[in-house]
Amino acid sequence: MAASETAAAIALTRLGLGARAGEIDRVRPDPKGWALAQIRPDGAPQPSGGFPSSNQRMNELLDYQDMDRGAPGAQNAPRTQGTQPATGESDPDAQARLMARRAARRKLAESRDAEFLARAQLGTATDHGFAERWALFWSNAITVSSTKFNAGIFIGQYEREAIRPHVFGKFEDMALAAEQHPAMLFYLDQVRSIGPDSQVGGRRRNVGLNENLAREMMELHTVGADSGYGQADVTQLAQALTGWSVPMARDLATDGRRQAGNALERGPNGFVFRPDVHEPGERVVMGKTYPPTGLAQGQAILRDLAQHPATATRLARSIAAHFVADDPPLALVARLERTWMASGGDLAEVARSLVEADETWSPQPTKVKTPYEFIVSTHRALGTRPDRLPALRSALTDMGQPMFEPPSPEGWPDAAADWAGPNALVKRLNWAKRTGEMAQVGDPTALADGALGARLTAPTRLAVSRAESRAEALTLFLMSPEFQRR
Amino acid sequence: MSRLDLNRRNLLAFASAGAALAFAGRVSAETGPRNKLVVLIARGAMDGLSVTVPYADPNYAALRGSLAIPVPGQDGGALALTEGFGLHPALANLHGLYSQGRMRFAPAVALPVRIRSHFDAQDVLENGGEGLRQQADGWLNRALVAAGGTSLKGLSIGVQTPLILRGDAPVSSWAPGGQVRGDDRIASLLQDLYANDPMLAQNLASGLATEELAVMGGDGTPVRRNDALSLGRAVSRLMTGQDGSDIVAVSLDGWDTHAGQKNQLQTRLSGLDQLIAGLQEGLGDQWRRTVVVVATEFGRTARANGTQGTDHGTGSSMLLAGGALKRGGPIGDWPTLAEGKLFEDRDLAPTLDIRSVFKGVLRDHIGVDRAALDNRVFPGSAAEAPPVDGLV
Repeated sequence: MAASETAAAIALTRLGLGARAGEIDRVRPDPKGWALAQIRPDGAPQPSGGFPSSNQRMNELLDYQDMDRGAPGAQNAPRTQGTQPATGESDPDAQARLMARRAARRKLAESRDAEFLARAQLGTATDHGFAERWALFWSNAITVSSTKFNAGIFIGQYEREAIRPHVFGKFEDMALAAEQHPAMLFYLDQVRSIGPDSQVGGRRRNVGLNENLAREMMELHTVGADSGYGQADVTQLAQALTGWSVPMARDLATDGRRQAGNALERGPNGFVFRPDVHEPGERVVMGKTYPPTGLAQGQAILRDLAQHPATATRLARSIAAHFVADDPPLALVARLERTWMASGGDLAEVARSLVEADETWSPQPTKVKTPYEFIVSTHRALGTRPDRLPALRSALTDMGQPMFEPPSPEGWPDAAADWAGPNALVKRLNWAKRTGEMAQVGDPTALADGALGARLTAPTRLAVSRAESRAEALTLFLMSPEFQRR
Repeated sequence: MSRLDLNRRNLLAFASAGAALAFAGRVSAETGPRNKLVVLIARGAMDGLSVTVPYADPNYAALRGSLAIPVPGQDGGALALTEGFGLHPALANLHGLYSQGRMRFAPAVALPVRIRSHFDAQDVLENGGEGLRQQADGWLNRALVAAGGTSLKGLSIGVQTPLILRGDAPVSSWAPGGQVRGDDRIASLLQDLYANDPMLAQNLASGLATEELAVMGGDGTPVRRNDALSLGRAVSRLMTGQDGSDIVAVSLDGWDTHAGQKNQLQTRLSGLDQLIAGLQEGLGDQWRRTVVVVATEFGRTARANGTQGTDHGTGSSMLLAGGALKRGGPIGDWPTLAEGKLFEDRDLAPTLDIRSVFKGVLRDHIGVDRAALDNRVFPGSAAEAPPVDGLV
């Protein structure tokens, strides 16, 4: 176990989002305790801002989609581009509708971006850095990306409703909330998936099964590609998941337009189950048979996937690789896996196990910070916070981690090679230089001491204290190996 | 452009409110074109002994060893000024200005307090106080306030407004590119820190090399050297015309020459020379109403150290250039480098308070009166730092 000097710094920098001035001193008496105290049944902290719920967002989305539909009575008319007139309307009306649509879309995008800013501000201000890092990890482990617009406008809600409350509960509960969230259902095209033999599937041509959610659920969210399942299992799961969807405009109508006899089952956060697109019949996934129980069928499969030993193995490794080292110590992975299996996937227990492990406290910084971690920890070190969205957006985009926009369902990668490539470092250096020039600080050496404590090496400290200007001192500090890594 | 407009509106509103005039100094009733002042802050402790070379001082060559600049006429020798002083050979353009009587120098100036930390000393240089943390704003901004009746416009060059221009008077700002280059000082300092981190070292070097390829000048000359000239021209463009700025502050980095001083200074001074040349060229007929001041926070040791460089010292040089200057000799006395004359037996001893030169320029060129200078712009400086006469 490292000396308590270093342990306090490690707690804040490796397990948290970096130290603010004076924080290392406060944590020093009990660094492990600092982390453990953040493991709470009500989950991780929530960003403030009074943002809309998923239900409200869904209404806004439906209103926006309504704008596409042209004149009343043309609900099912195909979307028209540009100014092609419909039902005799003149061009100026079409133009006005186009402008209104654009404004509505922009408003949705701004709300999404505001959520990101609020989350970044939470990161720079929080005393619960470990709980925040833990929440960010899980939000990335079960990824939703803004590469799809409809998914993007639910990401803030996704993190607040499906991830944060569950990060210290049972993994299977978090997985269920995540997979049923509108953000996920849009992102992985589940809303379009229709069972070929379902009521709707039987009637319509050119609609069918979409396997995206099923595939990623198995490959990226739970058991992983090496756990012995095949394509048939993916298809079976996809069939079981049909009906997992979100409201459409007609679901909200109260004038008898609903499907007769099929009242929609509603879940939290705007989830609805559509029996009319659900593939009937029993399903077999990874050797187990699931009777035809409608919504409960897919849920049962998901719970079994969540509880599968391969899930424990895979996610134990992910946790160790994210927090401790790209190539994590086998003993640490094994320890986390054991705790996972013994507790039935209790994430509070797994988090405790991570904090208690010796490997977590090894002094050598190994992991390279992601751009987000770099920017947030810089603000914490400088005592500032991001409050200009364009600046935050361009900094993150420049460094390769655009807001809410991982390139694929795999989420943001985690290894040094992904973030510390030649151009990435140049981008970081340019940002660090501008930040150093703009910062208003007293003594850069004291600032470096406050941010890294015993993890600040003698050569870096010397270089900072001897810099020829404050700007240079801060740039050196921000780009030092011990600040680039955690 | 909109930022400049905003500042003009603010300044006019400020002046018309009348409150400023209660403590502003009396100002010359300028109705025509405005006088221009450019303050270049050399950050890192510029080596005055290499800028205004005291080649005739009997102790100079021995103290400086291999770092000594040869006498005028020799290979790489100083460019002769007067009274045994010469300019560093890289300052060719400035030397030309001297011949025209448009360049002055003060060979042994310093701040009113002895500080060896770059950051703290730069603060005092910029805040114009008698010591550390005495003012939260900058003397140049206070001078703008004092000259408020004439609606002078302030401009800072750089990403953030330096302390010297911070304060009640609104100031606009502009920053060129800002990209780090492979031959920048910061790049080599980082490589030192990355000595035990091969991945970061290699990747940063590689990344910067690629950037270099992307921006290399078409005719093969390194873009770096041309940058100073373009910067000077760019700044002058911001100073000319109806909305042009009048009081400008520019930060110049890279003067902390602890090792390998010869080459580093050659590059830096070359850039400084080009910057001033660019200003002169771009200002055109406004040059005759312009004063450029080059100042640094402290000087460097009289003796060379063990790594062909020098360490933090005390007295350094100030340079003045511009069409508004009066011809004249060295500003302030030369204490010599004789044994017993060095400050703490290591540094050039200062004979003139740096504020005196600033005050002389502000009084005679910008029209800020003595009372305002002594009490508002440089509080507490009345006795210790009387303004230098006859500069402008």
